[in-house]
Amino acid sequence: MSALLSLRDIWVEYGEKVVLERINLDIPEGAFVSVVGPSGAGKSSLLRVVLGQEAPTRGVISLDGEALKPECGPDRGVVFQRYSVFSHLTVLGNTVFGLECAQAPFSARLFGAKKRAAMAEAEEMLAAVGLGDALNLYPAQMSGGMQQRLAIAQALIKRPRILLLDEPFGALDPGIRADMHKLITRLWQDYSLTVIMVTHDINEAFSLGTRVLTLDKWRHDPHAPHRYGARVVYDLPLDRKTQSSAEQPEEPSAPAAADSMDKSGSVTIDETNNN
Amino acid sequence: MRWVNRRISRTNSLLMGLIPIVLLTVLYLVLASERHALNPADKILPLPGAMADAMKGLIFERDRLSGRYLFWSDTLASLQRLGLGLGISTLSALLVGLLLGILPPVRATFGMLVTGIAVIPPIALLPILFIAFGLGETAKVALIVIGIAPVMIRDVAAHIGALPRETIIKAQTLGASTWQLILRVALPQAMPRLIHAMRLALGPAWVFLISAEAIASDIGLGYRIFLVRRYLAMDVILPYVAWIAILAATIDFLLVYLSRRMFAWAHGADR
Repeated sequence: MSALLSLRDIWVEYGEKVVLERINLDIPEGAFVSVVGPSGAGKSSLLRVVLGQEAPTRGVISLDGEALKPECGPDRGVVFQRYSVFSHLTVLGNTVFGLECAQAPFSARLFGAKKRAAMAEAEEMLAAVGLGDALNLYPAQMSGGMQQRLAIAQALIKRPRILLLDEPFGALDPGIRADMHKLITRLWQDYSLTVIMVTHDINEAFSLGTRVLTLDKWRHDPHAPHRYGARVVYDLPLDRKTQSSAEQPEEPSAPAAADSMDKSGSVTIDETNNN
Repeated sequence: MRWVNRRISRTNSLLMGLIPIVLLTVLYLVLASERHALNPADKILPLPGAMADAMKGLIFERDRLSGRYLFWSDTLASLQRLGLGLGISTLSALLVGLLLGILPPVRATFGMLVTGIAVIPPIALLPILFIAFGLGETAKVALIVIGIAPVMIRDVAAHIGALPRETIIKAQTLGASTWQLILRVALPQAMPRLIHAMRLALGPAWVFLISAEAIASDIGLGYRIFLVRRYLAMDVILPYVAWIAILAATIDFLLVYLSRRMFAWAHGADR
């Protein structure tokens, strides 16, 4: 199976400072990749590069075998921790926006039958994320969890090839977060999504992902700490999960998850060679 | 209870707001009547009766020379100049501010120019305006525009430039082109801020209006005030100033109402 997304020898540098170095990754269709690592290890930089928000200093990223331009596009959807939704649009308006942009290049607004069709599609999408009865609310009237649901619906209506999540549940309280984990797992299965999620929460990374990547600096020079960037130091495939068989996450603690993987022998930790 | 935590109810805050106004009025009346006790012909602090008499002529009687109701013609002329100046400034602030804020190439090209124009004291340009546009309406409106537009442009541009990066990126991942991003994200996000900028610009706009009218005009609130100053006619000046304050406060109130009505989303939970 060829990879949906592949990163070849990606380096990200800001001036003298090396953030990411020699990242090689192949992400197959249908994967749910969690990216963890200490603060400043370049998790978000990796996401930004894949998103097209920034160009890598070196290396090639290809999606479906085609090299990506360093610009965002509708083939990669995104949900940030905050500010992902438009505060001046209602829930429905936020969701229809993506369809309007595609179908009405000049006015970015739809009318008549096209509008009704787009609204119906948006309502269906919103029902799928559990916002079916909040269609006319503005983001300022909603809780953080509802806003993230909206951000997900907004992204999914474009049917992106890959969905990027940048600490999407980081600002939510634990109960809501558990609900969101169920939601994202269900959507991942129902819509056959390919997901890359950056997170601080190691439980979340293991319970949701089919593969966990850990980014960290592989070498540290005390006299020039900026000279070495982060690499993928662990790349753990969690074979027990596939899109069709994934059970709803039960919030296992990270050590427990790691234990079970050790027993099944499916963990490959390869520190010298990234993949 | 700490003073910072005190909550004032609507009625109370209205009543409390009236206290200093009433006190100032009383103080004025006391001072005025003291002066009149010494000199019944005093013109510096006229009593309310004298003001009413003086204004009656301007409000209800036609001027013998021009045949106009001076008070109303003055008001109309001033409001027209103010409206034109504010309108042109607002439109240019929206147009230029939006593009300056959202498009880095436009900001790189024109940002310095706008900043440069903004720091010129507008009154210093008044002679140029008079030379270029003559002494008619154009020069007065142009002074208001030059006075307030650059500040409004910079305010809108800064606001748009400070929109969260995430929002701009998100719109692009939803397929928005530059044009769609401007039309559907930047423009609506700029509107409440634009009204806010108008409110702030209203004060300076009045300053430039009165200045322009004071220097070269034959009608207008500012013209009248500066005309009757020659006769120490405080009985006209004071009511005119009060009238200007009422007009300005009304416009401000209307702008707030408009913003809350049309852009409720920007006013959060307090709607």
